[in-house]
Amino acid sequence: MLQILTPDGELLADPPMDIDLTKRLFLAMVAARQYDRKATSIQKQGRLATYAPFEGQEAAQIGSAAALRPDDWMVPTYRDAAAMWMQGYPWTHLLLTRMGDERGGSPPEGVAVLPPSITVGAHMLHAVGLAWAARLQGSDRIAITYFGDGATSEGDFHEAMNFAGVFRTGTVFICQNNQYAISLARHQQTASETIAEKAAGYGVPGVLVDGNDLFAMYQATSEAVVRARDGRGATLIEALTYRLGPHTTSDDPTRYRDAAEVETWRAKDPLDRIRKYLAAESAWDEEWEARAATGAHDEIDRAVEEAEALTPLAPEEIFESMFAEMTPELAEQQQRLLASRRDQA
Amino acid sequence: MTVMNLAQAITDALDIALATDPRVLVMGEDVGRTGGVFRLTNGLQATHGAERVVDMPVAESGIVGTAFGLAVAGMRPVVEIQFMGFSYPAYDQIVSHVGRIRHRSRHRFTAPMVIRMPYGGGIGAAEHHSESTEALYAHTPGLKVVVPSTPYDAKGLLLAAIEDPDPVVFLEPIRLYRAVKEDVAGGHFVVPIGRARLERTGNDVTLVAYGSMVRDARRAADALAEEGISVEVIDLRSLVPLDTETLIGSVRKTGRAVVIHEAHRTAGFGAEVVARIQEEALYSLLAPVQRVTGWDTIFPLKRTEEYYLPGVDRILQAARRTLEG
Repeated sequence: MLQILTPDGELLADPPMDIDLTKRLFLAMVAARQYDRKATSIQKQGRLATYAPFEGQEAAQIGSAAALRPDDWMVPTYRDAAAMWMQGYPWTHLLLTRMGDERGGSPPEGVAVLPPSITVGAHMLHAVGLAWAARLQGSDRIAITYFGDGATSEGDFHEAMNFAGVFRTGTVFICQNNQYAISLARHQQTASETIAEKAAGYGVPGVLVDGNDLFAMYQATSEAVVRARDGRGATLIEALTYRLGPHTTSDDPTRYRDAAEVETWRAKDPLDRIRKYLAAESAWDEEWEARAATGAHDEIDRAVEEAEALTPLAPEEIFESMFAEMTPELAEQQQRLLASRRDQA
Repeated sequence: MTVMNLAQAITDALDIALATDPRVLVMGEDVGRTGGVFRLTNGLQATHGAERVVDMPVAESGIVGTAFGLAVAGMRPVVEIQFMGFSYPAYDQIVSHVGRIRHRSRHRFTAPMVIRMPYGGGIGAAEHHSESTEALYAHTPGLKVVVPSTPYDAKGLLLAAIEDPDPVVFLEPIRLYRAVKEDVAGGHFVVPIGRARLERTGNDVTLVAYGSMVRDARRAADALAEEGISVEVIDLRSLVPLDTETLIGSVRKTGRAVVIHEAHRTAGFGAEVVARIQEEALYSLLAPVQRVTGWDTIFPLKRTEEYYLPGVDRILQAARRTLEG
């Protein structure tokens, strides 16, 4: 397993980035955790529909996303808000996706991130097609896709890995193995020892990485990105991590795992080890982090206000995004809905 | 003008699309070196190269899911599924992603792509090779569904489908691939999606059909004409959107309708056609609308296929029932 920084903050190899970038990515993890906690808290107040927290997975997402170019494609899932935000997806839009508003799926022009996939597995193939298109278009853009350990049981994982191998597409597969697919433990998901080793069956390199190690994630993803950009094909990265929170705000993880297990992983918190490292380098102090956390908190508060201030789509608007040009059927149904609402009023 | 059969018309359309639009890709199982199981992509790889006419591994979900990514990135993939019965592994991609992306991103991302599927029976094919489950796709939001029955329409509709800004499921009646020939204009032209074709005009009864059943409807109309019955035949050509105006206009005139498809009866597309007729033309009807369809059985194999397929006799019986009323 690739590890550069131990949970105690000890370096096992040279860090793949300088102190400035380390500090910037540390603050990104701090901001992401602020978002995660804010989203969880306002969900409990009924202001979001279900929310899927990612606490514990910040290094896996931010370390990998930091290796991308702004125009690289990203095909994420519902638990990848930190990675999406790194690639330019605004907090406001992320919140809207959880408020049950389709406009959350419409990031600003120039943000090459698809709306988060809710189905598990199918989206990996999209990253194969996106990377393939880039090559045909003479571009060196690559495509990264995120998924969990559970998704590797889906047939589409196999098909995506196989196609990426056959067509040598510039796709980076990031499996965040967070140990559970809702309640199903990793060892019940697959009999293979690691997920990374599955890559061998597709002629694609597979790398097992400490997913709670920002440096290891950044280094492994950077190497995969270079490979992809150079036309040398795809890579599967298994980021060994842990979901400290529930699957979603509707889940009760005490039904399937022990508190003691959670505590052993809390000791491997991805933020802690960078904090220790920065402190040892005299590049961290409490006030600096607190100020950044407050700043992120305020920014996220403003995003919540902005998302909540957005008037829900009008009844006629649900018909307007089905096709480039509305079909006669939809136009007729739109009139029926409007007439029915007029009658009720 | 060239005399072409339906298969040649499709090949011609693909050739034109590949030659004129660098975004177009043809992808599917065996479409390259062998030119497809029905030889519809014959010669295209030699002309346009293996980068544009791509032999894909045997995985329909993979093919459609990858094509979706290509389409989102601005390419125009044209996917060939070998037989409609093999489209089911890709159904999740189609319903969960292809038909959804425009809506779930409020127009920000789109997937303009064509999924071609040979469909239907009548050639004594193996199991799973005669499916006619177009209702699945017509029922799926965000897809257009078209079904040509003539070489001219096949070419024009396929070019329209490739140029359409939204995903199109393009159904090809296997039985008619090489059964009908007609003059087809050379070069580029389109037949607009969403308009039915009046195959023949008449005053006594309307036969509504699409795809392979248009030929049987026409034969039934010929037989009825000999008895002095004036039959109107509508070839729907497009199931989504459906040309309700042409349908209703015809039924208001004739007062009688027979809806024909080889798909299963219950919740088949014919039920939608009948529903629209009763919504908008009930008071013009002189007799209950008849359905002539396949049955709610598994599509039978070669030896019993004839029990299942509608055929001219069943269409005649249904038309006569409307005339007795």
